[in-house]
Amino acid sequence: MSRLPARFAKLKAERRPGLVTFITAGDPDRATSQALLDGMPAAGADIIELGMPFTDPMADGLAIQHASQRALKAGGCLSTTLDMVRAFRRADAETPIVLMGYYNPVYAHGVDSFCAEAAEAGVDGLIIVDLPPEEAEELAAPARAQGIDFIFLTAPTTDDARLPAVLDRASGFVYYVSITGVTGTASASGDAIKAAVARLRRHTTLPVAVGFGIKSPEAAAEVAALADAAVVGSAIVSRLAAGLDAEGKPRPGLVDEVLQFVGELARGVRSAARPSTAA
Amino acid sequence: MQTMNTYRAGPDENGHFGIFGGRYVAETLMPLILSVEQAYNAAKADPAFQAELSGYLTHYVGRPSPLYFARRLTEAFGGAKIYLKREDLNHTGAHKINNCMGQVLLARRMGKTRIIAETGAGQHGVATATVCALFGLSCTIYMGATDIERQAPNVFRMKLLGAEVKPVTSGAATLKDAMNDALRDWVSNVDDTYYMIGTAAGPHPYPQMVRDFQAVIGKETREQILAAEGRLPDSLMACIGGGSNAIGLFHPFLDDREVRIFGVEAAGLGLNTEKHAASLKGGKPGVLHGNRTYLLQSGDGQITEAHSISAGLDYPGIGPEHSWLHEVGRVDYVSATDDEALEAFQLTTRLEGIIPALESSHAIAYAKTFAPTVGPDHVLVLCLSGRGDKDVNTVARALGGATPGGL
Repeated sequence: MSRLPARFAKLKAERRPGLVTFITAGDPDRATSQALLDGMPAAGADIIELGMPFTDPMADGLAIQHASQRALKAGGCLSTTLDMVRAFRRADAETPIVLMGYYNPVYAHGVDSFCAEAAEAGVDGLIIVDLPPEEAEELAAPARAQGIDFIFLTAPTTDDARLPAVLDRASGFVYYVSITGVTGTASASGDAIKAAVARLRRHTTLPVAVGFGIKSPEAAAEVAALADAAVVGSAIVSRLAAGLDAEGKPRPGLVDEVLQFVGELARGVRSAARPSTAA
Repeated sequence: MQTMNTYRAGPDENGHFGIFGGRYVAETLMPLILSVEQAYNAAKADPAFQAELSGYLTHYVGRPSPLYFARRLTEAFGGAKIYLKREDLNHTGAHKINNCMGQVLLARRMGKTRIIAETGAGQHGVATATVCALFGLSCTIYMGATDIERQAPNVFRMKLLGAEVKPVTSGAATLKDAMNDALRDWVSNVDDTYYMIGTAAGPHPYPQMVRDFQAVIGKETREQILAAEGRLPDSLMACIGGGSNAIGLFHPFLDDREVRIFGVEAAGLGLNTEKHAASLKGGKPGVLHGNRTYLLQSGDGQITEAHSISAGLDYPGIGPEHSWLHEVGRVDYVSATDDEALEAFQLTTRLEGIIPALESSHAIAYAKTFAPTVGPDHVLVLCLSGRGDKDVNTVARALGGATPGGL
């Protein structure tokens, strides 16, 4: 059973939006990545997105492309990603983990065995960037059967005629990609996000998380005030990259620095007023 | 399409050829892809669009391209009667322009003002830059930094034609990474930009659309061989990277069961090494660049690098219709190595006075193996997909200063 509904219910009870943080599993190495993952909840992450490294991350900007390359170079693969989730679950039974990535590694692993292993490891949701609703059922159906939410992306280009088809089988939450672009580049205006979230709420009662282009605690606060959660990825991954030495090895203190930044993001998000229109 | 009397009905309405093809793109791009599909279906049914395209193919590209009986190659190979379909004689020197001309007219119909494309060897980039110059459209070409170094003359041609050439440094800095960056550009410029994919791959409708525009090769071949021999050929042969010249030649013949069809992949240093580009023979089904198809990949589903002496075949995937034709067994997919292609390149140049592209040389290399196994009554048509002037530096380097006359 996914931990996502309980987590959003808790956020609602606390009358605040949530912070969703992203790191790539195994970046820059297994031990550092595990320390970051394990430290996320105490630093203030309400939901964790864990990237599954892939050679060809077509929807990602440079920061997350490089994160994938570092993870792969350090031996990261789908099995080690799932191992990280298992290790995380030994100390945390409540923070939802959503795996995010591209379809080919999952397809190569085998859809049914992947879903079974992910559920057993303690995964709550999947975001597969290159599986739009037209192609998603071959993974979404077995995922749901294992109690894993399949989370769909919506974008500024997803018009009203298309939205019902996207939201029809969505569960967990709806991820709104706030710009037309790749991760870690442009940022949407508050007005544009407000209008987009209002449009989504006309079509769904699921919580709405907004991501892409959120780079600072202030921006996270502004976006979170307009939705149920704000997603921060590239900015966190860039902090991590800044803590690497010339050989790509983590400098002492890297984990603390990154988690401190997550703490600042969390304080920003928690300072945001809960929108009165929220479900 | 599955229970069929025809091999030519695909794809289905969602772009699938059997389990292959489809639309595996981020949600942001889905509405764009659907609008390309809608516009293409309308254009295809519009006689005015077809007439406009046909006019440009005749007067600008120089079609029909000749079907040439290669007497001296036929004698040298000692078997099948070999005809060459001369796509090398098209404007810009390869089959790529057939597709670009069709797509640029579509982009204009859609009101797009900016064209983006990926290129490996630079042939598709040059063809794209050419049609953009012709119609005064802004043009940006993504090309791997490694390929920019290998293919300097084509980079200069693109710039002369007014295109901006953006070096791609991500990943391995070759064709697949150029395609990633083109997709990233498209997702960032959704309003004015049209993505002109260069091969019969990518999300639906591209594999179908590119095939349809390239099918002019097969349609002409059919008429020309009937005029020359009074019958259909016994076999067809074409090289395959993404596979657009091949599917263009093959498609009009798929339902003529008596015609044997061979697609020739690049075996690089050999299929038993890791240095090849044979997705069907050395890969397995996966999902990349918007479609499900055979891919070179690790056990963990990470995409691996292709290798071929020919930059145009240096891609770890293949068009989805080829994957399907492979699985249903209609087309035989075979391969030729770098060395075999190099030999065929020199042989064709010396015997016919035609310098073939290294890509096309792979098909000629397989013809050399195949031709002696059949009799002189066997009619073989081979797609000479492009000319090899662009490859002379690569060939000179590969021969390491050896005199070509030493053949």
